[in-house]
Amino acid sequence: MKTIYFDNNATTKVADEVLEEIKPYFCKLYGNPSSMHNFGGQVGIKIREAREKIAVLLGCDPSEIIFTGCGTESDNAAIKGTLAAYPDKHKVITTRVEHPAVLSVCRDLENHGYTVVEIPVDRKGRLNIDQLAESLTEDTAIVTVMYANNETGTIFPIEKIAEMVTGKGIVFHTDAVQAVGKIPLNLSKSAIDLLSISGHKLHAPKGVGILYVRKGTRLAPFMLGGHQESGRRAGTENVPGIIGLGRACELAMQNFSEENKKVRQLRDKLEKSILEKCPDCMVNGDPENRLPNTSNISFEFIEGEAILLMLDKFGICASSGSACTSGSLEPSHVLRAMGVPFTAAHGSIRFSLSRYNTEKEVDYTIEKIPEIVNKLRKLSPFVPKQT
Amino acid sequence: MWEYTDKVKDHFFNPHNVGEIENPDGVGEVGSLACGDALKLTFKLDKDGRIADAKFKTFGCASAIATSSVLTEIIKGMTLEEAAKVTNKDIADYLGGLPEQKMHCSVMGKEALEAAIENYHTGGKKKHELKGKVVCTCFGVTEDEIERVIRENDLTTVEQVTNYCKAGGGCGGCRGEIEKIIKNIQGDKAGQVTETQPRWAGKLTNIQKIQMIQQTINEQIRPALREHGGDIELIDVEGDKVIVAFRGMCAQCKLTEFTMKDVVETKLREFVSDKLFVEEDKDSTQQPHNHRG
Repeated sequence: MKTIYFDNNATTKVADEVLEEIKPYFCKLYGNPSSMHNFGGQVGIKIREAREKIAVLLGCDPSEIIFTGCGTESDNAAIKGTLAAYPDKHKVITTRVEHPAVLSVCRDLENHGYTVVEIPVDRKGRLNIDQLAESLTEDTAIVTVMYANNETGTIFPIEKIAEMVTGKGIVFHTDAVQAVGKIPLNLSKSAIDLLSISGHKLHAPKGVGILYVRKGTRLAPFMLGGHQESGRRAGTENVPGIIGLGRACELAMQNFSEENKKVRQLRDKLEKSILEKCPDCMVNGDPENRLPNTSNISFEFIEGEAILLMLDKFGICASSGSACTSGSLEPSHVLRAMGVPFTAAHGSIRFSLSRYNTEKEVDYTIEKIPEIVNKLRKLSPFVPKQT
Repeated sequence: MWEYTDKVKDHFFNPHNVGEIENPDGVGEVGSLACGDALKLTFKLDKDGRIADAKFKTFGCASAIATSSVLTEIIKGMTLEEAAKVTNKDIADYLGGLPEQKMHCSVMGKEALEAAIENYHTGGKKKHELKGKVVCTCFGVTEDEIERVIRENDLTTVEQVTNYCKAGGGCGGCRGEIEKIIKNIQGDKAGQVTETQPRWAGKLTNIQKIQMIQQTINEQIRPALREHGGDIELIDVEGDKVIVAFRGMCAQCKLTEFTMKDVVETKLREFVSDKLFVEEDKDSTQQPHNHRG
């Protein structure tokens, strides 16, 4: 059975071009980039080149890029590193819909004497900007707001927020893990101070991330040790990961608009057809400002895990915000923050596409979904009786 | 990804006895859309008083659907006396077991069966209602239900109780009370599992002790109270007496006595020293920020 992968916000396939590029760096060119000999030094040059390629995609200077181990590390380093650099400030502002890599860090800070403000969102997942503006006080060390939401794809007006925040002398960080490669960035013209990226979300291998640090931003180092990354993140570099990420960014840059157009068309077709063919469904998120690849749909009266398992039987991979899939007993914190009724949250399914998806895959899924939904609704005691 | 047995998968993909019996002899409805799973069970008796037919409708995950399906298979042909003896464990065993976190599905099956039998005995008049004091307000679980899952499944930890009937799985505010129920039933057996030796057995300096108490409150106790809209503050430490004040919702909560004695003290004994005992500073609780209009 062929796998139809619609779970690209979870992770992505490593691009074939990326794999080819990194192959030599395991058994042949395995030198340490910090070594004095040429065998290692030549690897150091490749890392520099990767950094340059990434800087093109981000529109920044290569020196502003720090390689990390993952997106979560980048988020942790940004928040904790800023707080360590501003020991007199004790307030952190974030949102209720952040990824746990940010939200858990912030909630933990509450236990260490910090005040944390979580800005709410409305029914469509849009941020209450006025409340954010009101919360900016002198005591605020950092504001951290995600660029695009991983569950619904909702995009926040990050440039506007960044200007507002940094205009008050407060550091601004954004978790752009879902946005990079899908939304054009030009950090040299932006007010963003810190930005997190994860390699495996854009067809690079797992185990490599980036923290962009604007020149002049005060940030205490997170990992201490050797002098790697100009002393800002010690630890021997994940050489294949970094070189792979460089190539992945180059690919993203090359096919940017064309790919996003194609992915958007496929996503729209999938979403539109599901809504047409299945009654009592709705899209979660802001349809005006949304990632081109993400669709989060709630199917009333049925439960997400059951839908996922039925999809899985046909080789279709997606994810759900239902309680059962998380292993907890409550549904997704994002959908709850949006005020999506529990009933709809339990039946939510996220489809997230990539450039590797085809129209055939979308058509096959469109054919199977009503079948699955009808089957489960036949089992459900909540479906209103036909009159 | 859950690891389901082949039997669970089979009953999920090809459920038996789906639907509703018209003019049933008994109807049992448990769970709700909000809780994430719900089951409606209907049965019809034959002239000998045995269950001739049983059907179900279920909203829920794969294991909820599979347990409903096997439940109808198990009870067919049974008298109501026999059916009343079916436990959630029987249902789970029939499926070759369920993941621990999914055991509540089997309990839901048992409860639906019980509700349907009760419905039959009251001539179709009585609907299932909660019996006893509600312990977990998030999922509406009563003391009776918690006691039963502990007895029938020989449970010894709060985590297990949450897996079996959801109680304690929301805000976590009732975990102390659940722990008390476990202790009442299991006695020493519960103690062995929940009480661990403090990591620092040696003598602590006063400052070390206060720091560890504060840390334990911050990390172990406060998050659960926050979910409830409350908070806790360390007022003073006098020898082994820890004086705390409850803020916000917790200060007015009738469960405060429970929360304090069981959660705070248990945690402090676990993480700091088993000699500690807790007292509430009631005066300081009457602070202005406790007044909520």
